[in-house]
Amino acid sequence: MNLFLDAFAWLADPANWTGPGSIPQRIAEHLWVSGVVLVIASAIALPIGALVGHSGRGREPAVMISGGLRALPTLGVLTLFGIWIGIGLAAPVISLVILAIPPLLAGAYAGFESVDRRTIDAARAMGMRELQVVGKVELPLGMPIVVGGIRSATLQIIATATLAAYIADEGLGRFIFTGLKTRDYGEMLGGSILVILLALVIDGCFALTQRVVVPAGVRATRTAELRSRPTRPRTVVGRPNTEGNQE
Amino acid sequence: MIEFRGVTKQFPDGTVAVHDVDIVIPPRKTTVLVGSSGSGKTTLLRMINRMVDPTSGQVLIDGTDVATVDPVKLRRGIGYVMQNSGLLPHRKVIDNVATVPLLRGESRRAAHAHALELLDTVGLDRSLADKYPAQLSGGQQQRVGVARGLAVDPNILLMDEPFGAVDPIVRAELQQELLRLQEELGKTVVFVTHDIDEAFLLGDQVVIMQQGGLISQAASPAEILAHPADAFVADFVGADRGKRALHVTEVDGRRVVVDADGRAAGVLAS
Repeated sequence: MNLFLDAFAWLADPANWTGPGSIPQRIAEHLWVSGVVLVIASAIALPIGALVGHSGRGREPAVMISGGLRALPTLGVLTLFGIWIGIGLAAPVISLVILAIPPLLAGAYAGFESVDRRTIDAARAMGMRELQVVGKVELPLGMPIVVGGIRSATLQIIATATLAAYIADEGLGRFIFTGLKTRDYGEMLGGSILVILLALVIDGCFALTQRVVVPAGVRATRTAELRSRPTRPRTVVGRPNTEGNQE
Repeated sequence: MIEFRGVTKQFPDGTVAVHDVDIVIPPRKTTVLVGSSGSGKTTLLRMINRMVDPTSGQVLIDGTDVATVDPVKLRRGIGYVMQNSGLLPHRKVIDNVATVPLLRGESRRAAHAHALELLDTVGLDRSLADKYPAQLSGGQQQRVGVARGLAVDPNILLMDEPFGAVDPIVRAELQQELLRLQEELGKTVVFVTHDIDEAFLLGDQVVIMQQGGLISQAASPAEILAHPADAFVADFVGADRGKRALHVTEVDGRRVVVDADGRAAGVLAS
């Protein structure tokens, strides 16, 4: 219990809230690093995932690669890149991007795959170009799952971005590493609590977003189903239409 | 006029869906492609708007080989109605109907105004315009699908088992509605079904297909009943049994028509 009191004392100390290396500055750094990582990882993983989900091709390699990446220990990767590139933000950003790619990729292809094949077939038969099928049909309908992937990636990035402080003077991880070194466990625990709070707040924001991006017409279906069915409705995934041009 | 010339479709897995089909689909009439599943009728239909390209042979619309036309442009000029309506679940009814006109670059206002008129045409209340497809009944959804197919006032309307997923009462209603619409609009309708009764009811020309994508007979319903081309057709249409094998018996001086089981079907008008 003493440790927690120390942590709260550290959090309450006004000296920790101003000046260089203060809590607000570290939070800003933490968010900045996480944001940069999310943008880079999204730019890589979302288009690939969308392509895989849209075309139905390359699913196996995508699953394998994302599974393989998931198995990599981020601390090890970070150490490796740290030795290779040196001190600074580059190594942690790369490691975190590797960490974030699997959930983003999985969310993107699962989202695009979840759209009923018959709906896509109809859109195409009406004369939508492939990009219009993606933008006007697959993206809006698959969005909740895509956002789910972004949400889980963000949570992992924020939690793991503490490691940036391992080889760079950045982020909330600073408090944890400093506290560890100086045996100031109050600071260490205080830093951890801040990371947890930050992750929870951001996750809450995503939970709201995820709700908002469910298209109104689909929400209407869900309420109707809930009213008429006693069991929890499952996502209906139409079987791929085999009677068509492979586009 | 739509013309198939020596059209064959073989899928990559080796299945021959359509085998050397020659057929002419006359303009402003309803042609029904009928056959059991696996007879290639849907494949044949989908070749008209290039959702499927033939392995060999040509499909011509008014003398133009569709293979020379950009598929997207082609599809935007042909109405398409499918089973389960194929409506976009995240768009309101009115936006679903206006989809193709908007794709073709019409103004939103004009497309919406026209979409409302189309709801009238297919017998839907305008108050449904702001609903989402999931809030409609199956029959209503199918009507929206027909309205969407008619939105660009196409010459050709392709209908792929459009009434397959609704209950029999609604189906009969929709069939009558289609007959009424066709009388009004005079489109070239190509209709796919596996229900021979539906085919005879709706079709000016009925094309009977059998396994392997072969056409057994293409003729008017009366001709098919009078002269089935072969045993398969005779069996498929049931010309020699049930409610098609009618004969006349005399009851108290009136001539009554009964079917093969002896059930009264009606009275012969004098």
